[in-house]
Amino acid sequence: MSTEAAHTDEAHATTGHYVRIAIILTVLTVMEVATYYVDIPFALLIPLLLVLAGMKFGLVVAYYMHLRYDSKLFSGFFFFGLTIEILLLIALMVLFGIRSG
Amino acid sequence: MSDAALAHEAHEEHPTTTGLNHRKILMWAFLGSECIFFGSLITTYLVYRGKSVVGPYPDEILNIPLTSVSTFVLLMSSLAMVLALAGFERAAGSGADEERKQRELKKGRFWLLMTAVLGTGFLGFQVFEFYEFVHHGLGLTTNLFGTTFYVLTGFHGTHVGVGVIWLVSLLVLSYFGKVKPLDVELGGLYWHFVDIVWIIIFTLIYLIPS
Repeated sequence: MSTEAAHTDEAHATTGHYVRIAIILTVLTVMEVATYYVDIPFALLIPLLLVLAGMKFGLVVAYYMHLRYDSKLFSGFFFFGLTIEILLLIALMVLFGIRSG
Repeated sequence: MSDAALAHEAHEEHPTTTGLNHRKILMWAFLGSECIFFGSLITTYLVYRGKSVVGPYPDEILNIPLTSVSTFVLLMSSLAMVLALAGFERAAGSGADEERKQRELKKGRFWLLMTAVLGTGFLGFQVFEFYEFVHHGLGLTTNLFGTTFYVLTGFHGTHVGVGVIWLVSLLVLSYFGKVKPLDVELGGLYWHFVDIVWIIIFTLIYLIPS
């Protein structure tokens, strides 16, 4: 999609739309912080926090960074780096986990 | 307009093989590389998590209420940034009368200023947090937690600082008519990236117990 076309789509995102996203982000942050004060089993806590962080991450990238409306090439550049990093993280966590027994 | 400025503008509007703006492609490629950079620092923190043999330990000194407020401040700066871009885009758009364009430009500048102010506020929280940690005996070389924590959050704070300088530069240049919506968009992409990195740091370092 060209920049011009992307901007045409962005015109649909109004101020109210951005504010609604900010409210959702705030609610998700409050939920995250609440997990610190509420007794949640560790096995449930980690996936819950990762899901909440993933939702916040996705909302900012999709709507505030406009990747939802923009060219797939931009998504490709971004998620290529992100994928390499996630694979590196998993590999090192496994490696260090094995080393430390 | 000078010849150099005209040549620059003509270059920007030149059609590209991808149909996409080269500066924007460069920014996304840069952000992709930044994912690997910050990811490496986060990975280092995680693999050495809980391996400090001397204190202070994370559970003893991390201040969740304070960091929650600074996280909220950074999130709101992202909202201000996207509103600044919307203002600059509307000011540059066709169809609206000159008075309305000026009004939108003023709004854009206001939200750009707010983004920089909120970013500076976030940095203030971080400086306070570092001061408190040092006061409690946690230095860069005290233990593995100190080293990995300061390097990761320090690099993030540096990125925020660079972002604030970038935003203020855009704000000043806008008064000389040298800022286009694309310039604000590129600064905004960088700013939002700094925000999403903090979303991950906040969860992995502060909220998940070690």
